[in-house]
Amino acid sequence: MAAGIEVSNLSISFPLYHGDARSLKKRTKKLVGGLKVSRFQRDDRNRVVVRALSDVSFTVKPGERLGLVGRNGAGKTTLLRALGGIYEPVDGRVLVRGRLGTLLDTSLGMDIELTGRENIRLRGLFAGLSKTAIREIENDVETFADLGTFMDLPLKTYSSGMGLRLAFGLATAIMPDVLVMDEWFMAGDAAFMQKAAGRIAGLVEGAEILVISSHLPTVLEKWCTRLIWMEQGRIRMDGPVDEVLPAYLAAG
Amino acid sequence: MSSTNGSSPENASAVEERPLSSTPAPITDEPHVQAELAGAMPVLDLRPERGFGHVVHALRDIGGGMRLLRLGWTLGWLDICQRYRGSLLGPFWLTLSTAILVSAMGVLYATLFHIDLAVYLPFLCFSLVLWSFLAGTVTEGCATFTNASGLIHAMRMPFFVHVERSVVRNVLTFLHSVGVIVILFLIFHVHPTLDWQLPVGMGLWLLDLFAITLLMGVLGARFRDMPPIASNVMQILFFITPVLWKPDLITLGRQYLLLDPCYPLIEVLRGPFMGSAVRPSIWWTAIAYSVALWSIAFGLFARMRSRLAYWV
Repeated sequence: MAAGIEVSNLSISFPLYHGDARSLKKRTKKLVGGLKVSRFQRDDRNRVVVRALSDVSFTVKPGERLGLVGRNGAGKTTLLRALGGIYEPVDGRVLVRGRLGTLLDTSLGMDIELTGRENIRLRGLFAGLSKTAIREIENDVETFADLGTFMDLPLKTYSSGMGLRLAFGLATAIMPDVLVMDEWFMAGDAAFMQKAAGRIAGLVEGAEILVISSHLPTVLEKWCTRLIWMEQGRIRMDGPVDEVLPAYLAAG
Repeated sequence: MSSTNGSSPENASAVEERPLSSTPAPITDEPHVQAELAGAMPVLDLRPERGFGHVVHALRDIGGGMRLLRLGWTLGWLDICQRYRGSLLGPFWLTLSTAILVSAMGVLYATLFHIDLAVYLPFLCFSLVLWSFLAGTVTEGCATFTNASGLIHAMRMPFFVHVERSVVRNVLTFLHSVGVIVILFLIFHVHPTLDWQLPVGMGLWLLDLFAITLLMGVLGARFRDMPPIASNVMQILFFITPVLWKPDLITLGRQYLLLDPCYPLIEVLRGPFMGSAVRPSIWWTAIAYSVALWSIAFGLFARMRSRLAYWV
């Protein structure tokens, strides 16, 4: 069975616990009264919730490279996190077949107080690898990220480019079947982008899936075969890049 | 929270990670890595949890966490390494501060209470070290998930790994103070009773540490006021529980001491280690409190597990 993603009627909402609930409630009443569509709602226990995603459905087949576009706050990152199994659905269903790799935060869950080597070890342990295999991953990432002596220094001493190289090398060393990625990794320098290109190209070969969110039209044109345009937590448009991208750019 | 309503296989499975037989996609060119990752293709099937699903997924989370015990151990170990990186004495500051605190307090209170120093000092040392272990677990437990928010938001991982990390960190901290206890026991000739009570007591403690960390972790993720509340409650319990004073100082109403959950827990370890007898009633209450603690912690975790990522 090949890798695949099926999302059906996915809804995700965040409860607002830590904000000032009372004044927010007042504001919500006004918002609900004034706007047709509001992302503030009340759930069945009368809590104020923010609808991050509502009723999102799509299927991704092997070999597809899906790009997510939309303005800030359209729900792209939330959708990526839901695909990564981090936010479990409030409603609907997420089904991901295949080994999942998530590149979401710039930090990638790495500890900035620990050295590059220690972070690699943790990632290897997470994948359930033995010492020998972790050593090999270490060498692999060391070669790719080209960090030199910085491998044994804490991450907080790294430049952002170095951190990026380490994160990217690490995330692709244990190659996933399904790679879910936020746009940050496009911030590398030209030399790195070339390296990454080779690695990503290797990754999407075969029956693997890439889901990426980005603002940059060049990135989307280059990497994606299909785009989903998100707006207010819903799918506004879904189709091939040459259809969705002009429409999105015209609207933006 | 563990009712069996709607237990048809359809809706009882929100987090199904069942293996499917398939040919694995190429992973890396490294032979070892490839060999170890080769296997069934994992399936992540997420739906809102219903009924018994909560319990099944919580158990699966704990099971997954136990399989990643090496990761939890390394995370906890690196926490300690990192906390004392660049420090001359490193974690042995813990040993030293325990020694200083115990000798200062021991001499003072032995004089004030007119107790023989040879009896009081080992007692105080053992009690204080054990208490700071317990109190540390409770207060640090609140931050189990909130401190790991980076990891939690970066990738899907059993939540129990973070509990293991916190427990490992607290156990390692505790072990650094054990040296002081050993030295005082040798100086003042305190002989532990070597029977079934020692391993059973330690096992009970270990189980309770996990339960406390799990419980406080979930509460701390939801309510940001938990750390100060926990430290205040522990402060009060510190004076109520016979830590600084021996339980035989109270003659009237001694049975009420058992209402304090910390007392039987401390006593089942302190008794055997100090070579004094532990009443069966203390054992029974300690076990009862532990069962209650695990039930509450597990129940809450099962109910709230899928929400934790939203909170932190």
